Amino acid sequence: MSGRWLVVFVVMMVVSGAGYTWHARKLHARAAVPVASAASAPAISLRTPGQLFFRNTVHGSDFGRVAAVPIDQLGQPNASRRVFDLSCDRFAVAAGVGLCVAQQAAVLPPVSDVRILDQDLHVVRERTLPGTVSRAKLSPDGKLAVWTLFVIGDDYSEDRFSTRAGIWNLATDEFTKTLEDMPIFTNAKRYFSADVNFWGITFAADDTHFYATLSSKGQTHLVQGDYRRYRGRTLEENVECPSLSPDGKRIAFKRRVSPDDPTWRLSVMDLGTREITPLAETRNVDDQAAWLDDRTVMYGLSRGNGESDVWAVAADGSGAARLMVAGAASPALAYE
Amino acid sequence: MYLASRGGSGGAAVSRSVGALRATTSNVVALGLVSLVTDISSEMVTAVWPLYLVMGLGLSPLQFGALEGVSGATTALVRLLGGHFADRWRQLKLTAVVGYALSAASRLGCLWAGSSTSALGMALAADRAGKGIRTAPRDALISLSSTPDALGRAFGVHRAMDTVGAFLGPLAAMGILWASLNSFDAVFVTSFCVAVVGVLLMVSLVRDRKGPPAKAQSLGAMLALLRLKSFRRIVGWASLLGLVTMSDAFVYLILQRRWSVGAVWFPLMPLGSAAVYLLLAIPLGYLADRIGRWAVFLGGHCALLGALLVLLGPAHGIAFAAAALVLHGTFYAATDGVLMAAAGALLPEHGQASGMSLIQTGQATARMLSSVVFGWLWSRWDSHAAVLVMAAALAVVVLAAAIARPLRTENTS
Repeated sequence: MSGRWLVVFVVMMVVSGAGYTWHARKLHARAAVPVASAASAPAISLRTPGQLFFRNTVHGSDFGRVAAVPIDQLGQPNASRRVFDLSCDRFAVAAGVGLCVAQQAAVLPPVSDVRILDQDLHVVRERTLPGTVSRAKLSPDGKLAVWTLFVIGDDYSEDRFSTRAGIWNLATDEFTKTLEDMPIFTNAKRYFSADVNFWGITFAADDTHFYATLSSKGQTHLVQGDYRRYRGRTLEENVECPSLSPDGKRIAFKRRVSPDDPTWRLSVMDLGTREITPLAETRNVDDQAAWLDDRTVMYGLSRGNGESDVWAVAADGSGAARLMVAGAASPALAYE
Repeated sequence: MYLASRGGSGGAAVSRSVGALRATTSNVVALGLVSLVTDISSEMVTAVWPLYLVMGLGLSPLQFGALEGVSGATTALVRLLGGHFADRWRQLKLTAVVGYALSAASRLGCLWAGSSTSALGMALAADRAGKGIRTAPRDALISLSSTPDALGRAFGVHRAMDTVGAFLGPLAAMGILWASLNSFDAVFVTSFCVAVVGVLLMVSLVRDRKGPPAKAQSLGAMLALLRLKSFRRIVGWASLLGLVTMSDAFVYLILQRRWSVGAVWFPLMPLGSAAVYLLLAIPLGYLADRIGRWAVFLGGHCALLGALLVLLGPAHGIAFAAAALVLHGTFYAATDGVLMAAAGALLPEHGQASGMSLIQTGQATARMLSSVVFGWLWSRWDSHAAVLVMAAALAVVVLAAAIARPLRTENTS
């Protein structure tokens, strides 16, 4: 190949790359679907009853922003959607407190901001942590913020991920970056392994007991933790991303149907009897579910290309999954 | 001395005459340029890969397990085959181009795979296979494009240029994410375009080294290289040293745990090591040519030992963390290219690629085993005890290698 052709080809490649980048920018910036304007909607706060908060995933300028829909309009395609001027990758709300975990844009390696919001969605406290957000929740009284971040380079194999699940006690400002040093007991014996990862914390109303997933040596376990004594014990295997019901008696979670089938099936376990009920949702759910009330579980379901919808299904295994909000993720309801 | 150890191939003496020096050096720089551009492309993807999986596709931890792609054993096999066929068909350049092209194509595979984990796994496997195929023939080209007394410098130049690409890749990815408003597709497409530029540069700027027509090469001929006493020795010693080499991930992890390095800084630690590697690759390559490659190679392992001792020591402070990173980067600069230079000088011209793939595979396999052993030690006792065992084993093997002097002939030249 002569030098001139080489230059021509190299320029062509550079132009192609730049052109595609420009095209992608246009695509992302375009407001594809107009979302109900904020001005016309009545002012609401995190304390306004009867509102479902979520992350708006309708492509356009409001993509990724926190939004709310009145509960009585759930399932209606033309429900009025109030969009806030706050972008989060994961959102939670409890007792008038908001938790927004957002990855910083175009920063590599990724870092995420953990933001605590007042009832008007103003940031009141903020910490920055390495990683990419995966889960976020608040304890029922809004005093404990918990999250899970994916981190790279923290493993034996550099390609693999590890997760860090942390707790921020908003009452005492005690900040636990990761649960990895928490003693874990299996059948009263201390469990040791270098590859322990935690994710998906959910707190009980007493702000002491919590549940989380522990992953080690290719197995996932449900761990019951005691935040005050800072220790935990394993309860069940093959349980991921637990979410405690408002009455504290059951947990919703996802679990693998079989080792060969990559589908995660949404299920509910009665903490008293340890009985597990698969829910009527048969699709692959990858989310830490939230409870709409003591009888209904809601969750985000990915449509691919970053979009997702919020669905709900009965917690007793009956009925069928129904669409709650289209173009939404990370549903959160403040039950008080 | 060097020419004699090349199995007395007549063509080598001509291509290695001083008169060819300028021409050959330009080939090394061309190969370095190809690696630089290709590394920009691959590091772009590496940098956004985890984000893409989590934010773009919404995968979760257990699905990443399925994405491990080719296992270490497959990579080793692909590397050996790449080396073997490059020598067998006397097609060093073509084999390397196939490897580069396969990795480039895998970028588009990432786009087409969508959120299918098996398709993503295949794209990842194609990228790794491409890397496996091209590495040995590329190193063979570097070796054959340089005069024997300047091999260390040639590899130093190549590795330094390669590392520049590794630095630029994440920056390019950040810039594209910023410009495209966080579009992962744009990163993959741009990475593909950059990889194609790498292939074009390879095709047009790098000159092949055909050498004399070889005798029929079988897989057995590859193993026959191990009958070369000095080559067999360095494969053995390099593998043995690999077995007591602590993997990078562990070094960074322990650094972070000991100094609780601001968690946000943690991912920057590999960049610290890489910066030292970049600065020292050429000077240490020169040094290796002057005082002996094996001496520098062992010296590099001493630097690693130093890094482990810093990790074990009682002293705290960011200065010690920095010292550990400097020593770790020095270890890489003194070993990675230097070992290839040492091997290149010992291998016959028709067995360069196979020989390089043998020594790389031996070293990589040993390091993989070392990670397993270290992980086991860590979970059985704790990190301190595990590092202590590793440091002691490293000291013993380095001492033994220094006494054995597998390349003792080299120092007499």
